Amino acid sequence: MKFLWTTPLPGVLGTIMAFALCVRLQRRARGHALANPVAWAIALLVALLLLTNLPYATYFASARPLHFLLGPATVALAIPLARELPRLRRLLWPVGAGLLAGNLAAACSAIFLAKILGATKQVTLSLAPKSVTTPIAMGISEKLGGLPSLTAVLVISTGVIGAVVGPWFLDRLGIDDPTVRGTAMGVSAHGLGTAAIYQESSEAGAFSGLAMGLSGMITALILPALVKMFGL
Amino acid sequence: MIVGAVLLLASTLGADWLVTRFHLPVSGPVLGMAVLTFALALRGRTPVGLARVSELLLKAMPLFFIPAGVGVMVLSEQFRAAWLPITVALLSSTVLAMATTAVVMKAVAKRLARSPRKSSP
Repeated sequence: MKFLWTTPLPGVLGTIMAFALCVRLQRRARGHALANPVAWAIALLVALLLLTNLPYATYFASARPLHFLLGPATVALAIPLARELPRLRRLLWPVGAGLLAGNLAAACSAIFLAKILGATKQVTLSLAPKSVTTPIAMGISEKLGGLPSLTAVLVISTGVIGAVVGPWFLDRLGIDDPTVRGTAMGVSAHGLGTAAIYQESSEAGAFSGLAMGLSGMITALILPALVKMFGL
Repeated sequence: MIVGAVLLLASTLGADWLVTRFHLPVSGPVLGMAVLTFALALRGRTPVGLARVSELLLKAMPLFFIPAGVGVMVLSEQFRAAWLPITVALLSSTVLAMATTAVVMKAVAKRLARSPRKSSP
């Protein structure tokens, strides 16, 4: 059995099976947002690994081909984005203002809440870039003096929260315009939010991908000044 | 379809190379997305194969987050020590960012619609 784990078979197959099962469960729950298949598949796999005493590194090495596809899939967002360009040009001001306000809100509230709830400086700095896509967030965290590995965990958790709560929350707010839904998801929950909202419509997915990319740049630019403002 | 896959992988590789070569502050895939969008806009239309491959990948995209997501199980000491402030901050900050983006975007769009600028026909 052990030798099998050096091949991609068990990791890839296990991940796909867990995901397929959770997609089914979501259908059973009539597409309820809280039945988010990514969140449940992660929980299921964590439980399985803990039960079988299998180290995460062994699983990840085997599931790596799936992880690799994240890069090309992100680049693939260019196709719906190119299709939406004429509309984006008309929405330049609303999108720009939304992006700036959203990034400020994400960074300020994360720093402020962590600080008043008594988190250490290092944890607060690792938390600050949590709404930005993982590689960018890790780079920002490192520069600020946070822990990149902790930031990675926080970024993924943020994405899961956004993907689970986001569509439901936006419904409650009465936001039905796919361009607004997409932008809000991309700003607050990066790639995981984008992947979730793309399943609603490719239009929302395009705006979410754009928001995710630009948010990475905006947060990288404004965070050093914000951190100084909060006296960290 | 194969040509589409090659185009997509080549864009990914090219962007990764640019990011490492010039130490750019963005991630490779995000730059790749920007460059490919620009190229497609210049060309005016998307090759059919590329559109099909990308649709396939985007439909399956949530799946690709799972291997990294399972990494949450390797929680660090720092996380264990401060899980409560971290969880509260993550939840409220994510929801707040989402609401702020949506509300501001809607408000600005409304204001622009009320005072149409001369540039729009």
